[in-house]
Amino acid sequence: MKAIATIAQAEIRIGIRNRWVLLASIILLVFALLLALLGSAPSGTNKADSLSVVVASLSTLSVYLVPLIALLLSYDAIAGEIDRGTLQLTLATPVSRGQVLVGKFCGHVIVLSLAIVLGYGIAGALVFAGAQNTGMDGIIDLVRVIATSLALGATFVAIGYVASVSVRQTGTAAALAVAIWLFAVVLYDLALLGGLLASADGFFAKVLFPYLLLINPADAFRLFNMAAIDAGLSTGLAAGGNAMPFLPQLAIISPFVWMVIALGLSTVILRRVQP
Amino acid sequence: MSMVLQTQNVSRRFKDVEALRGVSLDVGPGEKVALLGHNGAGKTTLFRIILGFLRADGGHVCINGQPPGSRLARRDVSYLPESVAFPKMLTGREIVSFYAKLKNTDADEADRALEKVDLAAVADRRCGGYSKGMRQRLGLAQAIVGSPKLMLLDEPTSGLDPISRQRFYSLIGEIAGNGTAVLLSSHGLSELALETDRVAILRKGEVVANGSLAELQRSANLPIRIRVRSNSSHVESVHSRFGGERINGESVEFDCAGPDKMDRLSAISRLGNAVSDVEISSPSLDEVYRHFSGENVDGGDEA
Repeated sequence: MKAIATIAQAEIRIGIRNRWVLLASIILLVFALLLALLGSAPSGTNKADSLSVVVASLSTLSVYLVPLIALLLSYDAIAGEIDRGTLQLTLATPVSRGQVLVGKFCGHVIVLSLAIVLGYGIAGALVFAGAQNTGMDGIIDLVRVIATSLALGATFVAIGYVASVSVRQTGTAAALAVAIWLFAVVLYDLALLGGLLASADGFFAKVLFPYLLLINPADAFRLFNMAAIDAGLSTGLAAGGNAMPFLPQLAIISPFVWMVIALGLSTVILRRVQP
Repeated sequence: MSMVLQTQNVSRRFKDVEALRGVSLDVGPGEKVALLGHNGAGKTTLFRIILGFLRADGGHVCINGQPPGSRLARRDVSYLPESVAFPKMLTGREIVSFYAKLKNTDADEADRALEKVDLAAVADRRCGGYSKGMRQRLGLAQAIVGSPKLMLLDEPTSGLDPISRQRFYSLIGEIAGNGTAVLLSSHGLSELALETDRVAILRKGEVVANGSLAELQRSANLPIRIRVRSNSSHVESVHSRFGGERINGESVEFDCAGPDKMDRLSAISRLGNAVSDVEISSPSLDEVYRHFSGENVDGGDEA
C-alpha cells in the first residue's frame, strides 16, 4: 500500500510540475467555452436549463478529448521508464510489478481528474453565472458528465498502459496510442455508421448495433450521458433509446469492464517484460 | 565467511550469441570486486541475471541464499544502471526518498544518503539542473539507502572527470567498509585506479581472470621495460651488453622478464660512469588488461 501511494505521489508531482495538469485543463476549458458559446444561440428561448444544454455538448466533447488526453498521459508510463533506465531501478526494489502499475494508475487518474474537474468545473461555473435559467438540474448534469468523463479517462489511461508495456520504445508506444484513439473514437463510429447505412432495417441495425455501441467504451459513455440528459430535456435526441434492448443507464458499466481488462492485461504483460 | 553473491557456471544465450559461458564469480561481505570487459563482453547481462530481470539458461545464482529476483533477494540488492535519467521535475531529495520508501526504509535514511554523497546542499533543487557527476552521485545515494548487502554498479564512473571518479571510489570504499559487498563493472583497469580488492575480467562471456591486481600482474607475466641513459661514447657498448633498441643516440631501451629485473639492475649499476640515468616502467594496468581481454589477438572484432 505504501509503495502504491509512493508511486502515485511521484506521478502527481510530475504531472503538476511539468504543467501537464495546467495545459490539459486549459484545453478542456477552451473547448468547453467554445461549445457553450456556440450552443447558447439556438437555446436562447428554450425552457431547458442552460447548463444542461452545455453539458450535452460537453459529453460529446469528452468522447473525443478525454480519451486522447488520457492516452497521452499514459503511453509513456512503462516504455518511457525502460528508455530512461528508471524502471530497472524501481524493479530492483522489493516492489511488485502489479504495485508499480496500480500506483501509476492511481497517480495518472488523479492528474487527469484535476484537469477535468478544473476545465469543466470552471466552464460550468462561468455558464452558471452568465445564464438566467439555471438550477439544480444543470448542476447535477454537470457533476454527472464530470464523473463519467473521469471513468472514461481512467479506462483509456489503462488502455494506454497496454500500449506502453507492449513495446520498448516511447515513440512506438506513442504511435500505438494514437492508433488506439483513432480506432476507438473515429474509425469505429464511421464503421458503425456505414453498417447502418447499408442495412437501415436489417439484422445489423436492430440486433447488433446496440451491442456494438456498448462494446466501445467511448460510445457507451455517450449513450449513457445522452440518455440521462434526454430524460431531463425530453428533446427526443435519442428517441432510438426506446428501441434499445437494454437500459441505456447500464451502458456506463462498459468503461469499467474495459478498465479492469486493460489493467489486468497490462499487468500480465509487464510481468513478462525484461527491463 | 559466507558469500553474499554466489554465481556458479552461469550461462545465457541470446539467439546465436553466447552472452555468458560458465561464469562463476563470488563476492563476500565488504569486498569490492571489479568486473571488466569490452562492450558486449557480458557484464550487463550478468547484472541483469543477478537482479532477476533475465533468467540464466544454466548454472546457479544466489544472493544471501535467495534466488535472484525473489522479494527477499531484492531487499538485499541495490542497483545503479549504466545510464539512468531521473525525472527532471523532481528534486534530489524527492528521488532518493522515493526509492527509500519503495525499499521500506525511513525518510531519515534518504537524508543521510544525500549527505554521504555531498548532495545535501542541493537536495531541494530539481535534478534537471544537476551536472553529470551530481546525477551519478544521486544514483549512488539511491543505491545506498536501505543498507543493501550487495551493491551492483554498472559502469558507475564512465564519463566522470578524474576528481569526481576518485571521490566516487572513496565513497564506495566507505560503503564496503560497512560490510556491503560491491560488484562494479568498468571498461578498463586504469579507470579503477587500484580501488578494488579483486578484479574479474570477462571476455566474450567467459571469466578469463579473477584475482587481486598484483596477482593479475604476476600471472600476465608481461616484460618490464628498462631505459638506460648513457652518453655518446658509451652507448655502443651498453647496447651490445643489453640488446634492445637505441634511442636518440644516448639511450638504450630493452625488455626484461620480471624475475630478471634485479639481475639486470645490478649489471647496469656495475657500468659506473657509462650510465647516467635508469628508468623502469612496469607494465601498465591497461597493458595487463589488454593481455587478458585479448585485444592484441583479436581486438578488431570486439571493438
